[in-house]
Amino acid sequence: MASQEMEQLVRREYKEGFVTDIESDTVPPGLDESTIAFISHKKGEPEWMLEWRLKAYHQWLKMTPPSWAHLDYPPIDYQAISYYSAPKRDEDRPQSLDEVDPKLLETYEKLGIPLHERAALAGVAVDAVFDSVSVTTTFKEKLHEAGVIFCSISEAIRDYPELVKQYLGSVVPQGDNYFAALNSAVFTDGSFVFVPEGVTCPMELSTYFRINAANTGQFERTLIICESRAQVSYLEGCTAPQRDENQLHAAVVELVALEDASIKYSTVQNWYPGDEDGKGGIYNFVTKRGDCRGDRSHISWTQVETGSAITWKYPSCVLRGRDSIGEFYSVAVTNGRQQADTGTKMIHIGEGTRSTIVSKGISAGRADQSYRGLVKIGPRAKGARNFTQCDSLLIGDQCGAHTFPYQEIGNSTATVEHEATTSKIGEDQLFYCQSRGISEEDAVNMIVNGFCKDVFQELPMEFAVEAEALLNVTLEGAVG
Amino acid sequence: MSDVQRFLDRLAERNAQRGLEPTWIAARRQAGAARFEALGFPNRRVEAWKYTDVRAIATGDFTLARDAEFSPATAATLTLPLEAYRLTFVDGVFAPALSDLDDLPEGVALMPLSAALAENHEAVGGPLGRLTGVEFSPFAALNTAFMEEGAVVRLAPRTVVKKPIILQFLSRAGEQAVMSHPRILIEAGSRSEATVIEHHVGEAEAANFTNLVEEVFLERGAILTHYKLQEAPHQDLHVASIHVEQARDSRYTSFNLNLGGGLVRNDLVTELDGQGAEAHFNGLFYGQGRQHVDNHTLANHNAPRTFSNENYKGILDDRAHGVFNGKVVVKRDSQQIEGFQSNANLLLSDRAHIDAKPELEIYADDVKCSHGTTTGQLDEEAVYALRTRGIDEQTARGLLTLAFAGEVLEQVGLDVVAERVELAVAGKLPERFNLAGLVEAAVALSED
Repeated sequence: MASQEMEQLVRREYKEGFVTDIESDTVPPGLDESTIAFISHKKGEPEWMLEWRLKAYHQWLKMTPPSWAHLDYPPIDYQAISYYSAPKRDEDRPQSLDEVDPKLLETYEKLGIPLHERAALAGVAVDAVFDSVSVTTTFKEKLHEAGVIFCSISEAIRDYPELVKQYLGSVVPQGDNYFAALNSAVFTDGSFVFVPEGVTCPMELSTYFRINAANTGQFERTLIICESRAQVSYLEGCTAPQRDENQLHAAVVELVALEDASIKYSTVQNWYPGDEDGKGGIYNFVTKRGDCRGDRSHISWTQVETGSAITWKYPSCVLRGRDSIGEFYSVAVTNGRQQADTGTKMIHIGEGTRSTIVSKGISAGRADQSYRGLVKIGPRAKGARNFTQCDSLLIGDQCGAHTFPYQEIGNSTATVEHEATTSKIGEDQLFYCQSRGISEEDAVNMIVNGFCKDVFQELPMEFAVEAEALLNVTLEGAVG
Repeated sequence: MSDVQRFLDRLAERNAQRGLEPTWIAARRQAGAARFEALGFPNRRVEAWKYTDVRAIATGDFTLARDAEFSPATAATLTLPLEAYRLTFVDGVFAPALSDLDDLPEGVALMPLSAALAENHEAVGGPLGRLTGVEFSPFAALNTAFMEEGAVVRLAPRTVVKKPIILQFLSRAGEQAVMSHPRILIEAGSRSEATVIEHHVGEAEAANFTNLVEEVFLERGAILTHYKLQEAPHQDLHVASIHVEQARDSRYTSFNLNLGGGLVRNDLVTELDGQGAEAHFNGLFYGQGRQHVDNHTLANHNAPRTFSNENYKGILDDRAHGVFNGKVVVKRDSQQIEGFQSNANLLLSDRAHIDAKPELEIYADDVKCSHGTTTGQLDEEAVYALRTRGIDEQTARGLLTLAFAGEVLEQVGLDVVAERVELAVAGKLPERFNLAGLVEAAVALSED
């Protein structure tokens, strides 16, 4: 494809929407035991892994898709999806960023994420996921020195089977929910991180997801383990090309934090949201859960959700260890016909556990957005503490913003607080800015960014800049 | 025999005894029975019943009461000492001897449902079931299948009723548990004003099942203060659906004060249909022993410039289980809405449990809506502060609990009601503790 054509494509409404033309090794649509066997075989997996997948598949067959979310979408035909796609030749897989497909890099440029620059300047190691197979893994050696394992989950199954056996599915079991079961059966790639005892990961780890090849859903599986006193910060970001069919994405992320360990997981999600009528766009059904297994462990989720037609996502923390801490910071923006049902669960089991939830939702156009959260305090969680704040900002009179917080408290020593507000951008705020010569659009951007500040400041610096830019792009045309 | 079938059999027995009645009643009864049969009792997989297990009701064997005999002496001790118009029902059966309908002012109609039906059944048929249809819940369907008695309150336009209207429901202790399915119908004409007190109380050993459906219509500018004082015995089972429809500039104030009942579920819904309509939901629930109290509220802002404010407080001791589910819905194009919700819960025991779910569902942008909910324990520093002033620990805790309830109780305009609740909440205070004396002392101090 000539670069001029590229430019034209890129200039379309959705800046990131184009299909990178690399031959795919795609299985025909459909899902049965043979598809799973094909995936497992293609990945060169051991027998136990295939069995694990089949067990998930059999559970999935007995389950029905959840219908409780405040979402409206047509039923998904799981037999119309192709479950495997990978760049065909091994030599297509670059060993360093320089060898990465320039088209891919260009896409990142358009997104305003100069990947190579960031990798070099910020010292970020990148495990870029292009379709379902990792195409780039950098800084491996540096990590190797520190003793950190950072590789694709497929490699991990091959090279570290004992670790994978021990932890895979230990936080999100195969039959956890409909989408997690589906993922467990057909996941094709994802990241694996293992930080050994006492090690602070020397750099922020990052994965870029990208959905490609028409008709393939993407099923990522990420597993991060921090042994005692270990620390890691993980960044996840993504973008997808434009197309008409809805693409299904059902990822599972599992985090395990042992004693005194700390995991920070940040996400910027900018998948194709669909056109003005809500056509196309990614269906994003994600199960993310962190297990604070050890005492004083700490898991923090930060997410900026601006893309996808449908978002169904509840990054959660199981606070098992004494004095463990769970955090959830979220900005979710929906515009056009986007729908998002997102939030978190904080399950307090151990004594002295603490959790903080800050959720900022912005709904514009004809979008619908819900915060759904659960704070559960078990009978043994003496002195547990939760603070929840969820605010919604409405832009335009055709959108919706909803809050469904659940609190289940079974301990008299617990303190749980929840507050939520819903409002629109104040006329007085806008007037104040405009009277100082700031255009309406800039004023709205300023106010929205201010509204999200509590969350943005939790993001790693590079991500924070990107997130602000994303927010402005997403809300383009929402005002006026 | 299935649980549902046992109830349907009771219905068939009762229907066989019925005389001639208007065809619409028979038709609705049938529709209710059909709906109940189709739905069955709700289980905990149903979102609205996630935290409340109704098996105690479903597995119970309840008959229908045949008479309204009740010891006048006992009744006297249970009745609120208020100058009021009063309708009394004993296990759902109207008790004329315990009622007081003397000197009803002009423009006020207060009568049992059976009398209203006999007088003009068509006037009842219109509003009855218009707000709470058989679709609302299996219990509303069950109530419709059995409906025959209850209370009808009608206020002519511009009627201001000075004395409160008390609807008293007495629960009797007996060998056989009984059930009742009362209907309450309140129609307040434009700019009328009244206070209705719904009082549920009974003999300590009673273990009956009350399944209430209540429909309230407020016409333009009508003002209604509605108390629901729940002091039923701790074995009683109670399910109530209260549905309010509010026209322009009307004001509905609810005080849902829950002290009694073993299993209590309230669904309070208001439809704010006219501009300027206001709803105030105040609630206090105090659970002890193994009491289970579930309050579901819903404010539907169907028109622009409507207002709702909710303040619910829960105090849970022993192994009590409280549920609070408050919801504010703002419909598309209902602009300039204010909807506020606050829920605070106090857990006094390690075995007490609260499930809270404050919800907002908003489809308009020019709104000011918020909700807040907190759950915690008594502030140890406050306990300490009182103790340094020579107050023993038990008293200090009792006083602070009372203060917690105070925010709702101070809104209560009827002293008799407020005091009754205060006494119950302060019940844990040592006997020698003289609340009245302390208040007097405080007043004296402030006057100095």
